[in-house]
Amino acid sequence: MRAAAAATATVSLRHFRSFPTIVPSLLFSSSSSIPFHSPRLCVFLRPRQLFLNRPLAASFSSSSSGATSDSTYDVIVVGAGHAGCEAALASARLGASTLLLTLNLDRIAWQPCNPAVGGPAKSQLVHEVDALGGDIGKVADRCYLQKRILNVSRGPAVRSLRAQTDKREYATEMKKIVDSTENLCIREAMVTDIIVGKNDNVKGVATFFGMNFYAPSVILTTGTFMSGKIWVGKKSMPAGRAGESASQGLTENLQKLGFETDRLKTGTPARVDRRTIDFSNLEAQHGDEEVSWFSFDPDFHIEREQMCCYLTRTTKITHQLIRDNLHETPTYGGWVEAKGPRYCPSIEDKIVRFKDKESHQIFLEPEGRDVPEIYVQGFSTGLPENLQLPLLRSLPGLENCSMLRPAYAVEYDYLPAHQCSRSLMTKKIEGLFFSGQINGTTGYEEAAAQGIISGINAARHADGKKHVVLERESSYIGTLIDDLVTKDLREPYRMLTSRSEHRLLLRFDNADSRLTPLGRELGLIDDRRWKLYQEKQARISEEKKRLKTVKISVAVGDLAAEVSSVSSQPVKESATLESLLKKPHIHYKLLEKHGFGNETLSRMEKDCVEIDIKYEGFIVRQQNQLQQMVHQQHRRLPDDLDYYSMTTLSHEGREKLSKVRPETIGQASRVGGVSPADITALLITLESNRRRTQDVKRGKILEHALAESNPQWVEDREHVVNE
Amino acid sequence: MVSLLCFRSVGVYLLRQATPIITRGGRISRPISKNLCFVLFSSSPKTSLLKPRAQSSENNSLVFKGDERVVGLVGKVVDDAFDKVDRFQSSSTIVAIVTPIGGPPGAVGIVRLSGPKAVEVARRVFRSAKKTKKKESDSDTWRPKSHFVEYGVVVDSNGNVVDEVLAVPMLAPRSYTREDVVELQCHGSEVCLRRVLRTCVEAGARLAEPGEFTLRAFLNGRLDLSQAENVEKLISAKSSAAADAALEGIQGGFSSLVKSLRAQCIELLTEIEARLDFEDEMPPLDIESVINKITSMSQNVESALDTANYDKLLQSGLQIAIVGRPNVGKSSLLNAWSKSERAIVTEVAGTTRDVVEANVTVRGVPITLLDTAGIRETNDIVEKIGVERSETAAKVADVIIMAVSAVEGWTEEDTELLRKIQSDKPMILVMNKIDCAPPGSCDQLEDQRKKEEVFHKSVFTSAVTGQGIEELEDAILEILGLDRVPTGGHQWTVNQRQCEQLVRTKEALVRLREAIEDEIPIDFWTIELREAALSLAQISGQDVSEEVLSSIFAKFCIGK
Repeated sequence: MRAAAAATATVSLRHFRSFPTIVPSLLFSSSSSIPFHSPRLCVFLRPRQLFLNRPLAASFSSSSSGATSDSTYDVIVVGAGHAGCEAALASARLGASTLLLTLNLDRIAWQPCNPAVGGPAKSQLVHEVDALGGDIGKVADRCYLQKRILNVSRGPAVRSLRAQTDKREYATEMKKIVDSTENLCIREAMVTDIIVGKNDNVKGVATFFGMNFYAPSVILTTGTFMSGKIWVGKKSMPAGRAGESASQGLTENLQKLGFETDRLKTGTPARVDRRTIDFSNLEAQHGDEEVSWFSFDPDFHIEREQMCCYLTRTTKITHQLIRDNLHETPTYGGWVEAKGPRYCPSIEDKIVRFKDKESHQIFLEPEGRDVPEIYVQGFSTGLPENLQLPLLRSLPGLENCSMLRPAYAVEYDYLPAHQCSRSLMTKKIEGLFFSGQINGTTGYEEAAAQGIISGINAARHADGKKHVVLERESSYIGTLIDDLVTKDLREPYRMLTSRSEHRLLLRFDNADSRLTPLGRELGLIDDRRWKLYQEKQARISEEKKRLKTVKISVAVGDLAAEVSSVSSQPVKESATLESLLKKPHIHYKLLEKHGFGNETLSRMEKDCVEIDIKYEGFIVRQQNQLQQMVHQQHRRLPDDLDYYSMTTLSHEGREKLSKVRPETIGQASRVGGVSPADITALLITLESNRRRTQDVKRGKILEHALAESNPQWVEDREHVVNE
Repeated sequence: MVSLLCFRSVGVYLLRQATPIITRGGRISRPISKNLCFVLFSSSPKTSLLKPRAQSSENNSLVFKGDERVVGLVGKVVDDAFDKVDRFQSSSTIVAIVTPIGGPPGAVGIVRLSGPKAVEVARRVFRSAKKTKKKESDSDTWRPKSHFVEYGVVVDSNGNVVDEVLAVPMLAPRSYTREDVVELQCHGSEVCLRRVLRTCVEAGARLAEPGEFTLRAFLNGRLDLSQAENVEKLISAKSSAAADAALEGIQGGFSSLVKSLRAQCIELLTEIEARLDFEDEMPPLDIESVINKITSMSQNVESALDTANYDKLLQSGLQIAIVGRPNVGKSSLLNAWSKSERAIVTEVAGTTRDVVEANVTVRGVPITLLDTAGIRETNDIVEKIGVERSETAAKVADVIIMAVSAVEGWTEEDTELLRKIQSDKPMILVMNKIDCAPPGSCDQLEDQRKKEEVFHKSVFTSAVTGQGIEELEDAILEILGLDRVPTGGHQWTVNQRQCEQLVRTKEALVRLREAIEDEIPIDFWTIELREAALSLAQISGQDVSEEVLSSIFAKFCIGK
């Protein structure tokens, strides 16, 4: 009985999905022969209701029960890095039976470069992934070695958390989560080909040793592994990371499917042995005394002992050594052409481009509690290995250091992301998704952000549901994806706060109130988290109400006196606490100090209250500006627009729009080379097309209406036409 | 029966969800098509007209959820964005003079506002006569009644009356553009129209692009399809015109100021944003120098808006004093210029004893010409007073025209006189009587002008033939920086736009300085700087981001 019900559900679902074509025929063919004409159909046609009422895992019963074989899944995720893990977890949690394929089971969620999570803009990504129910924030909270809040006093939108993490512990913790998640299988394999069905839809993947795995959704998160090649000086070898083999063959097969590929370069500095460094004369960088958290889930707020980072600087000897050996570096020697990122220059780049600077800062960061490795941040180089140690030893404190791993550069294939739509599904092959470095990004946070979106959409795709798209102005995740699929990127893409035009609205403190309701609606936020969330929001709004109503008397108490002395502004008689909080330099802490605080609130909640009140004017203004433009920006563009036929568009506009095929007017306006005049021309064409189809439809409707009242008329007319 | 009902609701559902096309056309078409479809769905046998929307919109749900915490603050956050996005909605309110300008002034000219904030802008600039009688303070809550004409005045931000107008509100959708439209019928002179336009811009409206009202009308479902072609033509004309304008803008008006202001904004953004994204790699920001730069920027903007203010000239006009030795033809010049016999002209030196005024209009700027008594040493009491008055006239005038006789050439007395009247005011040397000048005298005078260096321009005229009057007008306009303001022409538009850019920049900088005074964190400064940069370049926010990023990477050594 249950199976039958599920089957009906699926069938009607499928019909709902394809009802564009089915419903009309269903409606107008002789009605008695339709198998499911129960009122139930109507119920199912309301997508929202359908969504909320159904138990999560139930919807997938058809695909997994139909083919019980081990090789058939709903979703296959290729690669278990930061994108792959989030994708697989999101997909499995949505009830899709998910297979996670990786080249090496022991290197899940590895941090091959900087052992750190967060920083400006990146921490916002982490908070957002967490607000949607992802894991990067939780694992970083669990494995931190040190935590610091950056930009403390520069405004709530740029305030950001950065954590040094224990890279081994990080990988272990993520593995534990992956292992213990229902619906999720993990397996070692090298994927070499994508199996494509007749309708340009993905059917599965083929692996090196001959196994095929099947699923209607496949996510590729290949990182630096696709035709990866690492370089130390002039020497190179095929590898995804040092000591790990690259994945071969997949690029060629993707090219055969018609995908455009290109190559990017990035690098990582040397690691040195902590025991051989003399820290005594180096400036120490401690973590914050009051630790902050990425995750909104208080269960993961477990404090631990922090470790120290250290600061050293390049010296004249360093600079001389590099200048003398420039010809030995790949870039200046001229044997590597792939583009490296501007914000991650090698030390030789820094010295060549900024000749006047006598010294550059170098950070020494621990890679873990139990390992002696120290990451030498700011010191990546393409110099040959034999020169790297002398170079390291030119740094104060490292005079006698020993090097554990040399610095290396890595070149890899990526697929310019204009080939994806904003759901991260490729435009060419239905059901094939890309996430992470394969889309040209860099960074664990950027990868995780794409991972969770592609995971959600892959699962929904397998289930025949609508894809989810985060709009640009909704989140840093949305901004990231919008940039990726719209812009012509020439270097690995890193998230920066200046990339978001709406950053005042996209803060760390409101990531949950922006995205958790969506996470809940999608099915990624469980009841416990949802309850926590709702309680938190209730407390915040209660407190804001209280601050609005409670008034203080100027004559009585020290609060007024201290407020006016701290803010150097007078305090009015019977001022509300809210009005005090709006004054410069007045923080919630001051209210607390004088007994006007609320002890039931957490520090985070107090921050939220303070930000909402203090910056209300700015926030409301930005929100209003945003709303004004949203209407126009979100106007959708049909998929089948023929830009080349629009003679009113500039030539460049036609070319670029044909290539990117934007989904909305807003996205079109962001495509490089598309002018405002092009957008106007586009709007006119759309409107003209709409009028034409409308006229045609009106004509038909009238015709049929007439036909109904007078069937003879149509016959006559047909008769006339035939003659 | 059950199935029938069911189909009905499906039909309605389809109509609502999948075909906004039909419900979209407006009030008139909606009920008709709905009814029609009802009929169709319930019984018609084979109808495949209702092809749903493009597949993609079926596949994609667009998520734009606001921040739940600010819902209370902003009112309704776009929850139903999905329903609305298919309608064209312009975000800005535009304004333009819609009656022709440049020709002879009409009796009435119209300034049209259109867009979501048309009423709000009108409310800021328009004071209804009806209301002001009742209650002074109530005047800012003007509630327009659609299609009812109201009489009143337009006032600027300081409350000064700009013009008497009739306001004609036409609320959406019963207007040309189907948006809220307010038309202000002003007096037909260009001066009035421009000032009303400027007041609207200051109140928050944006100058309309050529054809923009028609474009909006079309996109909002007005005009028929054949007219689309005309709109398209307008738009393509617009892009080439924009290119022209950009080209011309290189020389005209405030363009160098606009460019340098923009560069300064980007520079400041670079400094600040680099610190925000790469905190630990940068030397600390020199806040004081940033504040100094901001202060000097806002001073530049304000002084530009004040001094190069055509409106000021348009409003008060100019006084031009014609001075010179007796009998060089000052009065004849005045008569020839003003095309009147305002001043008495004789062969007798010293005929003019008092200051004679005549009015002319040069390119819309009202000018008062002051003809003065010839300046010389004299014992005649009346003439002596006249000479004194001449000197006073030279002092109060905005521009001094010194007339010399081309027949006699530059004389000792001329040098003497020049010393007497010299000031830092712009001066033009007019060499009159060119018609009867001996050859060579011109060169001598020209040399003299160069030697004296106080003259900005020299013009050869003949009051008898009228020769040189036009050049004289040009010279005046050039000196005042008005030469690039041809009436209603292209350049005027460019200047208006630059003016608008400066107005917007000024607003942003005012807010920025408030933020600094309130010690608001530095991230908020970037909001205003970005807005200033945006208004100065009229490009998109993403482009500013990209520019700032490139500048950061070029300027600072960043990277780990």
